[in-house]
Amino acid sequence: MDYAPSNRNSASTKIVVAGGFGVGKTTFVGAVSEIDPLRTEALVTQESEGQDDISKVQSKHTTTVAMDFGRITLAENLVLYLFGTPGQRRFWFMWDDLVKGAIGAVVLVDTRRLDDSFAAVDYFEAKGLPFIVAINQFDDAGQFGPDEIREALAIPSHIPVITVDARDRESAKHALVRITEFALTQLTSVPATA
Amino acid sequence: MATEEREEAAAPRLVRPYALTSGRTESAVDLPIEATLEVQPSAKTATWPEGDLSGRIIELCAASQSVAEVSAKLHIPLGVARVLLGDLISAGHLKTRATISENTTTDERRDLIERTLSGLRAL
Repeated sequence: MDYAPSNRNSASTKIVVAGGFGVGKTTFVGAVSEIDPLRTEALVTQESEGQDDISKVQSKHTTTVAMDFGRITLAENLVLYLFGTPGQRRFWFMWDDLVKGAIGAVVLVDTRRLDDSFAAVDYFEAKGLPFIVAINQFDDAGQFGPDEIREALAIPSHIPVITVDARDRESAKHALVRITEFALTQLTSVPATA
Repeated sequence: MATEEREEAAAPRLVRPYALTSGRTESAVDLPIEATLEVQPSAKTATWPEGDLSGRIIELCAASQSVAEVSAKLHIPLGVARVLLGDLISAGHLKTRATISENTTTDERRDLIERTLSGLRAL
């Protein structure tokens, strides 16, 4: 369905919250959402190999992939949804569905597990989706600043790298403002061919 | 982060959820996960059997709900929710509200992102 700005029709939109397992995606969503995060599940049929050692027969398993999400009513006619990405790499095909039509993504980073962030950064770069990197300030995490993380993850200079406390509403809200601002600048710098 | 740990637990299902859609897995309409739904007048006169999911979806959508919320609140997988919602849209009982799509122009996109930004700043 097309978006019609002339009559300011009711609309909804979304921002994706990505990052590795346990990085605080659901905590982040819960900190700013007006509802307790909800969980939606998608069914995935997988060919499983080598799990059934006795029969050596390939079998199909249906498994579920869970995504947590929150909701923020921004105006009478505008709702923003925040979707946490499924963490496991084998479920990344689900991300395609999530990022379609998104304003942008916040990649949460745990400085103790930088490896988990590489894949998310690569994914959004490949998709051309605007994203920012938000370093979640865990109490026991090392003191790595945005500059060190930018270098470690090879983040281009125009992409914002910020710190965030995923438990804190104001901090999470600030991250959402930053990604939305950034998405807007990306829009104006890209030729209108999309 | 106990809530996130559950996300890794992909367990086999015992039920066959697509029985609810007579085996159909494709929705008749393209339904973004964040699209919200608006109940149309025809739904108010339509009747469904007690406990029928379509009836419960219409009830739920009286308060503006997204595809994701219908799936989460009725405990049905996303794909199943999309098929059932697609049927209700095709039948004229529901309408989707605007989202950013492939057909959205840059001006429209900018307008929606700007509205989102001012909404977020005002929180």
